[in-house]
Amino acid sequence: MGVPRFWREQPHRYRLEGTRCTNCDRVYFPPRWVCPVCRRESVGKMERHKMDGTGTVVASTVVHDPAPGFEDQVPYAVAIIELDEGCRLTTQVSDVADPHDVVPGMRVKSAFRRIQSDGASGVIYYGTKFVPLVEQGSTPS
Amino acid sequence: MATNPAEKARHHAGREVAVIGIGQTAFGERWEASFRDLVTEAGLKAIQDANIQGEDIDAVYVGSMSTALTIGQEHVAPLVIDHAGLADFHMPATRVEGSGASGSIAFRQGVLAVRSGDADIVVVGGVEKMTDSSDAETARIVGSSMDQEWESFVGATDTAIHAMMARAHMDELGTTLDMLAQVAVKNHDHGLKNPYAQFKRPITREQVHAAPMVADPLTRLHCAPLSDGASTVVLCPLEAAESFTKKPVKVAGTGQGSDTLALHARHSLTTMAAARAAAERAYAQAGWGPDSVDVAELHDAYTVNELIALEDLGFFPRGGAGPATLEGETALGGRIPINPSGGLKARGHAVGATGLAQIAEIVSQLRNEAEGRQVKDARRGVCHNTGGTGATAVVTALEVL
Ligand SMILES: [Zn+2]
Repeated sequence: MGVPRFWREQPHRYRLEGTRCTNCDRVYFPPRWVCPVCRRESVGKMERHKMDGTGTVVASTVVHDPAPGFEDQVPYAVAIIELDEGCRLTTQVSDVADPHDVVPGMRVKSAFRRIQSDGASGVIYYGTKFVPLVEQGSTPS
Repeated sequence: MATNPAEKARHHAGREVAVIGIGQTAFGERWEASFRDLVTEAGLKAIQDANIQGEDIDAVYVGSMSTALTIGQEHVAPLVIDHAGLADFHMPATRVEGSGASGSIAFRQGVLAVRSGDADIVVVGGVEKMTDSSDAETARIVGSSMDQEWESFVGATDTAIHAMMARAHMDELGTTLDMLAQVAVKNHDHGLKNPYAQFKRPITREQVHAAPMVADPLTRLHCAPLSDGASTVVLCPLEAAESFTKKPVKVAGTGQGSDTLALHARHSLTTMAAARAAAERAYAQAGWGPDSVDVAELHDAYTVNELIALEDLGFFPRGGAGPATLEGETALGGRIPINPSGGLKARGHAVGATGLAQIAEIVSQLRNEAEGRQVKDARRGVCHNTGGTGATAVVTALEVL
């Protein structure tokens, strides 16, 4: 991946910056600049919107045969997370004792992590992974 | 959706279309054969099967997913014409791309060209040369149909995305690992009977469960291989078809649909809305539906895809495909035989060629020429071909009159 291609997405990757349709108040992450509900009414009315970074696992898997650049991380958990704002994204869930512990219904929060390294260029890419969220007042298991 | 005043005029517009010739190569690790060799072999077989000459061909479409990455070559449609010895006819030659659905999209473009009257004889080829790449390059090629920024970037693989579909299918609909594994077992059994198939060995559910894990719960034996291969069909107006062949097969309907590129943005993980839309359009054109289908080829890139497709195309209610598969209803000899060719799992998945290999199989079935795997009295068949993780889907309805 070229450096400008990554740099362009940094606000979204580092700070979970999505977008909000000011016409209907829906928020989108990954960011969209056309609201699929309002379509033409949303043009020019999409604003940047930072997500809270908390959500719930909707679906998960444990990857044993990795994507190129992820060889040093196997086995790792990949999940679809529904953010509390209502939109969904694909992410790794890390900081778990066993990646198989990542199951639907699990509460998670975003964390800044190394994502992958480009062996050819020596560039290390950072971004957002998700980690277990311990809700206030609950007992860590 | 019918808010467009043009829609009323759309259905059944144009000429009826028939398949008059098919040709395919064996699928597999074809180390001895180049991209050019494969596409030429399948093309010449189809042209001979259709009893046409080079000068009869009005247009050529080529479906191929990723030639820049697999062989470092774009602009492959004129290359195909060139190597088939047809360059002096200067016919329009167009390559189309839609990931794993490239072949069926090319077929659909050919059908539309004949329907419109722009062309009488159209040759449609699908081809992929997967084994000239290293394993790492192949992984990138397969991953390139996913959302690069928001799926691949975080380490999700094509198998990981399908593994989440499989888990969701199990959690929501009661599908079991045995039901998923039986798809692979059944398709390997079918592949034994197909001379073009990559794998000609039976497997057991226990072997599927015990194979190396790729992305939980999908082991390697839930996944179709990536193959070299080509497949070609010849189309002409139905009214002229009997001057070329005794057994024309009518293209009763062709539907295509799309959806978000990333799985996470879709409304459901356990159904493919693009395929449902494609099926609805194909059935509407055909004037018949799943109840009258005798045989089908479905896009089983992973075992879960066949179960989802069985439900999306209306062969079984949601959650019904797994138990029916376990009971043998989708095997040769069962109520609705699925993937008599062996499917992607056993025939092989030569990506851009897959959709046309499906069509060649159903045409063979409807011509009653499928020998050891013939579905008795098959008159109506359907092909379902998807791209990526389901963002593109094509459904084709075929029948003999
Ligand atoms: Zn909106």
